[in-house]
Amino acid sequence: MAITKLLVANRGEIAVRIIRAARELGLKTVQVHSAADTESLAVKMADEAVNIGPPMASKSYLNIANILKAAADTGADAVHPGYGFLAENADFADAVQAAGLCWIGPAGDAIRQMGDKVAARVAAQAAGVPVVPGSDGRIDDPDRARAIALAIGFPVMIKAAAGGGGRGIRIAHDMEEFDRLMPQASAEAKSAFGDGGLYLEKVIERARHIEVQILGDGTRAIHLFERECSLQRRRQKVWEEAPSASLPQAMREKLCASAVALAEAVGYRGAGTLEYLYDDASGQFYFIEMNTRIQVEHPVTEMITGVDLVREMIRVCAGEPLRFAQDDIRLKGHSIEVRICAEDPAKNFQPGPGTVTDMIVPGGGGVRFDTMLYPGYQVPPFYDSLLGKLIVWDEDRAAAITRMGRALQELHVGGLPTTRALHQLLARDPEVQAGAFHTRWLEPWLEQNAHRIGTEETKE
Amino acid sequence: MTKQILSPLPGTFYRRPSPDQPVFKEVGDTVAVGDVIGLIEVMKSFNEVQADQAGTLTAFVADDEEPVMAGQALAELN
Repeated sequence: MAITKLLVANRGEIAVRIIRAARELGLKTVQVHSAADTESLAVKMADEAVNIGPPMASKSYLNIANILKAAADTGADAVHPGYGFLAENADFADAVQAAGLCWIGPAGDAIRQMGDKVAARVAAQAAGVPVVPGSDGRIDDPDRARAIALAIGFPVMIKAAAGGGGRGIRIAHDMEEFDRLMPQASAEAKSAFGDGGLYLEKVIERARHIEVQILGDGTRAIHLFERECSLQRRRQKVWEEAPSASLPQAMREKLCASAVALAEAVGYRGAGTLEYLYDDASGQFYFIEMNTRIQVEHPVTEMITGVDLVREMIRVCAGEPLRFAQDDIRLKGHSIEVRICAEDPAKNFQPGPGTVTDMIVPGGGGVRFDTMLYPGYQVPPFYDSLLGKLIVWDEDRAAAITRMGRALQELHVGGLPTTRALHQLLARDPEVQAGAFHTRWLEPWLEQNAHRIGTEETKE
Repeated sequence: MTKQILSPLPGTFYRRPSPDQPVFKEVGDTVAVGDVIGLIEVMKSFNEVQADQAGTLTAFVADDEEPVMAGQALAELN
């Protein structure tokens, strides 16, 4: 390989995951860490470790100067950003390359282009990928607005051009309501944001979250099929699968081909994910955004394809051509991942950092547990609550759910609250078993079922 | 007699609701039971620290934006 020593600019389970891939590629590893992570598993595993600052992420894991200094001091020649922190920071990508180091990710400009919602939407449309139907930009003329609303189809979302974070949104179910809401929305937008500009978007009511994994070497790209992550709480994924429980084969091919077209159109290098909403009532899919990094839920794709995504992203970013043709990638069986977090699902997911007193890791066929935990490890309160990811593979979806239930029964983490019991209930739920869910399914389910968490039926 | 307000959780202590807003309390302010004197961030979730005693705030013993342990003193009242 063109590189010899990889600096891991992240922490937790993904740092451990990256060190494993690097070691298998024959690379030395440097783990940078905050003062709160001196005893982390990644620090213990790496060949070298460098303290880059105090516990607060802004002073350590987000401190670009200190990370680059650690690379220079240790002679690292490549940087892997993991997910979160600086993974989608285009300026960091540029700074790493300006320092003469290999960046394990797409070029800074690709991050900029796909990170901007409007620019990504334009790039998607140019590559022939469908986006959520709407007005292309602002609408000022009432007659044109009516014509666009009719063309999109009701219900229609009226959004403030200057709004954000869910504010300034109204939903019209028919033309009468549309005529009534448009002036209100404009007045409200003007007073709330100082700008009365509006635009329209179709409401996708019962959407599934489906995403396509791609790998590119800057010239050629392949897809590694899709994942479905419809079980979400507060827009955070909780349970992820590959392949989707619901996508017909013809739709799968169309969706994956569209992702490859977009990746090749932007000359994408590395691992990336294109996220879509899929409306299984109408059979339509819509591009929402692209993530220019490895994702938390990448292992389910690895389980159904046999491809090690972290190793491959290191290879292509180090300058090697893709080792696979599209036909080499075969989908086999079904995989599910659940996120084990230091949160108490019976107490409104209250986070609970603390010390791991003892633990039992599930094993047996088709079971993988990616974690940074070990007995005696003190989980710091300063970062994300993700402790590990329990991943299973089996011949088909029903068998994978059964195996997940079995693995969850074996899992024990002492000393901390975890979300294990939530996943036990989900694995037994008839609607989950039928794959009958969408992105707004889990929150109401939690309101009705939270009382069952921690009772006899979820005992270890 | 000096009274202390303790951190209920381990995490990062903040004296402001957000970086561009004023502090919840200044030294010299009167504090009533239930008043919010700061926030503790634990695993990206923010928890209010409410005074469990009343008095006049004489000092902050923990620094803004710094790590604290559960049970560590944050502020003193008399």
